[in-house]
Amino acid sequence: MNLVLISLILLLGFSSYYFGRKKATIIQSSQRLTALPKFYGYYLAIWCAAPALIIFSLWSVFEPTIVKNFILADYLDQNLTKNELQLIYTKVKALALGTYTGDINNFLDNSAGKYIQIKNMANNAKIVIVLAALILSLSYAYQSIKKNNRMREPVEIFLKWVLFTASLAAVLVTIGIVFSLLFEAIRFFQSVRIFDFIFGTHWYPAKTFVRDGQPDPELMKDAFGAVPLFAGTFFIAFIAMCVAIPVGLLSGIYLAEYATRKVRKYAKPIIEILAGIPTVVYGFFAALTVGPFVKEIGNSLGLEVSSESALAAGAVMGVMIIPFISSLSDDVISAVPQNLRDGSYAMGATKSETIKKVIFPAALPGIVGSILLAVSRAVGETMIVVMASGLAANLTANPLESTSTITAQIVVILIGDQQFGDPKTQAAFALGISLFVVTLFLNVIALTVVKKYREKYE
Amino acid sequence: MNEAKRKLLNKRYRAEANFKLFGQIAIGLALLFLAVFMYKIFSKGYTAFQKTWIVTEVHYDKELMLIETDNPSLEDLENADYYDIAYKAMTRLDPSLPEEDDRQLIQMVAFTYEQEVKNHLLKNPSLLGKIVPIRLTASDDLDQVHKGNYPRDIPEEDRRVNDYQLKIYDILNERGDILSKFNLSFFTNPDSREAELAGIASSFMGTVFSILVCLAFSFPIAVLAAIYLEEFAPKNKFTDFIEVNINNLAAVPSIVFGLLGLGVLLAVFNLPRSTPLVGGITLSLMTLPTIIIAARASLKAVPPSIREAALAMGASNMQTTMHHTVPLSMPGTLSGTIIGLAQALGETAPLILIGMVAFVNTIPGTPVDPAASLPVQIYIWSESAERGFVEKVSACIMVLLGFLILMNLAAQIIRHKFERKWN
Repeated sequence: MNLVLISLILLLGFSSYYFGRKKATIIQSSQRLTALPKFYGYYLAIWCAAPALIIFSLWSVFEPTIVKNFILADYLDQNLTKNELQLIYTKVKALALGTYTGDINNFLDNSAGKYIQIKNMANNAKIVIVLAALILSLSYAYQSIKKNNRMREPVEIFLKWVLFTASLAAVLVTIGIVFSLLFEAIRFFQSVRIFDFIFGTHWYPAKTFVRDGQPDPELMKDAFGAVPLFAGTFFIAFIAMCVAIPVGLLSGIYLAEYATRKVRKYAKPIIEILAGIPTVVYGFFAALTVGPFVKEIGNSLGLEVSSESALAAGAVMGVMIIPFISSLSDDVISAVPQNLRDGSYAMGATKSETIKKVIFPAALPGIVGSILLAVSRAVGETMIVVMASGLAANLTANPLESTSTITAQIVVILIGDQQFGDPKTQAAFALGISLFVVTLFLNVIALTVVKKYREKYE
Repeated sequence: MNEAKRKLLNKRYRAEANFKLFGQIAIGLALLFLAVFMYKIFSKGYTAFQKTWIVTEVHYDKELMLIETDNPSLEDLENADYYDIAYKAMTRLDPSLPEEDDRQLIQMVAFTYEQEVKNHLLKNPSLLGKIVPIRLTASDDLDQVHKGNYPRDIPEEDRRVNDYQLKIYDILNERGDILSKFNLSFFTNPDSREAELAGIASSFMGTVFSILVCLAFSFPIAVLAAIYLEEFAPKNKFTDFIEVNINNLAAVPSIVFGLLGLGVLLAVFNLPRSTPLVGGITLSLMTLPTIIIAARASLKAVPPSIREAALAMGASNMQTTMHHTVPLSMPGTLSGTIIGLAQALGETAPLILIGMVAFVNTIPGTPVDPAASLPVQIYIWSESAERGFVEKVSACIMVLLGFLILMNLAAQIIRHKFERKWN
């Protein structure tokens, strides 16, 4: 139904383009045109389709809520909670669509009848209103074409608005992220104290499901302490940085200062391949090759090593991050003005002394920025940890044991079927918002530092 | 020059050489990681492109197949009973085996062997009543034995292939009745719980659909947004805010986008779970900032003289942008888009959250059918304990890397062939 309506509107829009253009050529025979003929077509097409489509989409967004309120108005006097009302509405809808399985009572049956009736009414009203809007705006546009008003400006203003709306998309995505995370997280913090979440040291969400799938409030208190996850996240990120910073920074310096043109031309893109490999591939590599390798070495040294160790995951993550640091620090070092180098050489310093004592300090803010970006990347990395470092949230500082991270726990909780309204699912969103806040914080600092640095030498 | 000075100088030169060496070692390490990584994946995975068959003979016996008419139509063949003749075809490999142990023989082929016997006849109905050789897909354990990936010298109770099966295998192998050919079914089969039958067709189609949906959503919006921000936006607080927003969005962890897809697309808009449609939209939100940034950079690279010339000829701002600036910036925008899509192609976590991790054993035909995607398939298979899946994962990784290489090559070619240099 909706599809037919949309296609009809679009079809009318396209045909009115040709109609408008033809009209322009007719006008041309008697008077001077105010714009190129195609603008007459655009003008008519925009006025034909845009208002109708806008009304259509607004209607489609608001209709479900309004219909729901109509149906649930009958149940308001029964003092039901929000969740129960939601359940009733789902049942009514299923009954009306014929997919309902379960007991049918009179009340439900009545509501389903009412639902079908309202839905039909709404559908008819939608078609009438949309078509009426289309005809009205079309006739208005036709009038102004007949009067040979200016045609190009309104079309261009409309296009500009389209462009502006598109640029709002990025803002909308951010708003969507913040609200969807906040909405669920706030509901989570209604059942679990925020203090218990941030400072609790015991993470075991599965424990809350003891009695008939109903969470036990006593157990909930101790099941959602996120400290082991925060600690695990930063621990694994730290291991990754121990691998990535020395290798990345040294290769960045070598590429920027020592490497010949030819080496640079080939080595840089090859190292960047490391950043292009999907993380799930790294995860597989870590779980299947690095994990057992670490375990074997540890065992031969007489150490107890879990086959899913934080070390394996962190080391592989570090390899993944090398190119971020090497490329960014290469750029930053290359941006240091040549006269600093020349001054240092003139004083008799060797190349490495110049790098260590002059270039590195000068480039430090940029390098710090790039490292922060890399940390944010490591904190947000998911698949490597899920596949290689296990899912048990241990609070440990031993790299040979398995630990879990924020991201890994989100995946563990949400893999498979989720139920909204269950504290476990909401906990994932609470973790999500803490992850979002941490990475946002790191990114903002890093981007500001890098920007300041760039301005300094430009 | 006295002794102390010479010593100091030598020390400094040594430090210089050492520092350079450290740099070389670092680069060498990075390259070594890459090499080891590639070697491991390829050495584990290349065998997955070979498939093992067991050759035996099948007698399409009308009586055993319960066909009563003299001239059976295709429909009769379709409905015939293949259980007995398939069973006979298998026990023919070792007629001396007592009946109660027949499972051992049957376990040497994939559980679909009856279907394979049937399909063979349906392809050549003239074989009815004849005794013909047929090749049946070997079980994944035997397949691994044949490829030498499975140790034969461990105790029998730890092995998934027992001594008897190994004996039969050796006899067949000597006779040349074990075939090893290119594994086409890896590309044409959907996912399966059995490693020997599992293929990437379903996840491949899922990936194609999600990337197309992602392209359809992100490309137009991103290009329009970039045009506005670069060509029309007034310099004020609000446009600054949009810009900061886009830069930060580009660095948000991918799993957060998965939560967004789950919390908004599935919970609020009630789009169908586990489908490439939702996956594609989620990925498009992620690639949006990447494409916007690339498109802006390439719009910025168009020299002002082009705009000035158009304006001087009387074109409006909109005409200047749409007729001149945007077409000239397209190569850069396109290559940025392809790189963004390549990133989206490798994403796993957001797709897991929106349910594209479900077991799908049909090939999806539209973007609203449940599907997996290649990276998610890698995850699913690598969680599986069966040995046969290890090589499948590696092979799947090779396919995925192949696509990434192709896309990056395409981006390079577009950039070098079509982009104009302005100096």
